[in-house]
Amino acid sequence: MKARVYWVAFSTILIKEVRRFTRIWAQTLLPPAITMSLYFVIFGNLIGSRIGPMGGFDYMQFIMPGLIMMSVITNSYANVVSSFFSSKFQRSIEEILVSPVPGWVILSGYVLGGVTRGLMVGFLVTLLALFFTRLQVHHLGVTLVVVVLTAVLFAIGGFINALFARKFDDIAIVPTFVLTPLTYLGGVFYSIHLLPPFWQGVSLFNPILYMVNTFRYGILGVSDINHWAALSTIMVFIVVLFLLAWWLLEKGRGIRQ
Amino acid sequence: MPSVNALSIQDLEKTYSQGQRALKGISLEVAQGDFFALLGPNGAGKSTTLGVVCSLVRKTAGKVKIFGIDIDQDFAEAKRLLGVVPQEFNFSVFEKVEDIVLTSAGYQGLTEKQARPRAEQLLKDLGLWEKRHAQARTLSGGMKRRLMIARALVHEPKLLILDEPTAGVDIELRRSMWTFLQEINRRGTTIILTTHYLEEAESLCRNIAIIDQGEIIKNTSMKSLLGELNRETFVLDLTQPLTQPPALNGFTYRQPDALTLEVEVQKGQCISDVFERLSQEDIRVLSLRNKANRLEELFVSLVEKTAASDFKAPPQKNQPVQGVAQ
Repeated sequence: MKARVYWVAFSTILIKEVRRFTRIWAQTLLPPAITMSLYFVIFGNLIGSRIGPMGGFDYMQFIMPGLIMMSVITNSYANVVSSFFSSKFQRSIEEILVSPVPGWVILSGYVLGGVTRGLMVGFLVTLLALFFTRLQVHHLGVTLVVVVLTAVLFAIGGFINALFARKFDDIAIVPTFVLTPLTYLGGVFYSIHLLPPFWQGVSLFNPILYMVNTFRYGILGVSDINHWAALSTIMVFIVVLFLLAWWLLEKGRGIRQ
Repeated sequence: MPSVNALSIQDLEKTYSQGQRALKGISLEVAQGDFFALLGPNGAGKSTTLGVVCSLVRKTAGKVKIFGIDIDQDFAEAKRLLGVVPQEFNFSVFEKVEDIVLTSAGYQGLTEKQARPRAEQLLKDLGLWEKRHAQARTLSGGMKRRLMIARALVHEPKLLILDEPTAGVDIELRRSMWTFLQEINRRGTTIILTTHYLEEAESLCRNIAIIDQGEIIKNTSMKSLLGELNRETFVLDLTQPLTQPPALNGFTYRQPDALTLEVEVQKGQCISDVFERLSQEDIRVLSLRNKANRLEELFVSLVEKTAASDFKAPPQKNQPVQGVAQ
């Protein structure tokens, strides 16, 4: 009985989230598609033809997995952080808090909403990439698992950010000053073997490097790191961050007085 | 007679993180089927009390039971019995009216198939059916209030909490909302109301608690509270301007202007004596009205007592005149 009630509540949150980002598609789905098209044109087509092959593939093929992953990461995060913070700001979160929905259901609903947007944008970017290069999938299982796990991880990250945020500036700080630099330095545009040994070592502390390379392995079959270790690490991070977000939610951090 | 109260609060305390002690151990019982008023001045602790009951505020100490269910034991089950209409609009203004109600039902575990007929009925009863496809931001203030009531009732709660539901609503609409609320109370829903319109509380509620500075200073039936009223102030509009103060011996009165008298009638005195004395001086009264409603007079006197130590009232013009007792 309870399971059915929780399922209805969970699907209500998910549907509400999907309805929200599709209603404002010009702000949520269109911009990443346009930005990534520009990356493909400028870095892949114009500059890439002068860079030459990387990791045994032409540059356009090499950056394609990284660009898809970049859009999945930023959109999964952005969806949850902006939606949950807006609910706090408008106080519509109170509607859920006064209902019998447990914290883990609220968290799961918002996270899956973020994952849905991240994957939808990732799919759009993949479709656009087909205009510029051909798509081969080396290992479908690894490709799907890593992209879903990455979306889950960053959606949870967005949720924690939203819990702590008190003003709109607070939801822009992490994406601007943490996510974007880590993504650009996470091997989206280059192989870390091009870096001097010291910076190769530093790069190994960047979690996004593991996600981008595992996804690249799934598509192209080449990677700078061990993809099984990367998948295990992502899963550990997901469990830890989910528990943290759940605990903060139950504690009422930022949402209950 | 039902044995379990709809709401039972014992020794409830709330101290906010800044150290502000909002509730100082209040206790309160609301019987099933009651229409209960929780009144108090701004910042008295009404919203904090209701916030604890509906889980938006974490209590510091004390026990709260909703229909016998301890919120510390099974808050989810307790919340299933609760409908909340908050003081401020708290829905996403970009969503459609119908979606807001159906989404709320979903949070309560009702499928769309179960919720849709209920939502339709409520939107029709509250005059929002024509607006069901409109975004909430396009609604008037009164419509938004009614939307929050529809949303709170969609899962048919046994206890409805209304935190100033008619604030900013015009008198005609307010009265139609009263009729609606009286009807759902008659059908068995227990209602707890906070309001600054004391006429509203007097008209609707059978029992009342007055909270001030985090403490319950009165908790009784509306009837017995109104029975405690020791004085009423009447405003008399006169046909001719007064040339000199009338001899209303035994009555305290004030003369705001030449054509108006405000007379205080103490318990045991008769308003007809005032007319008689004015008539003896050939002063004719055009109309008569209460200066404030009866509950308002009581409320002010009760709250003034507790505030007396905090405030010193500024000196007033037109100080009342005490007539000489005969």
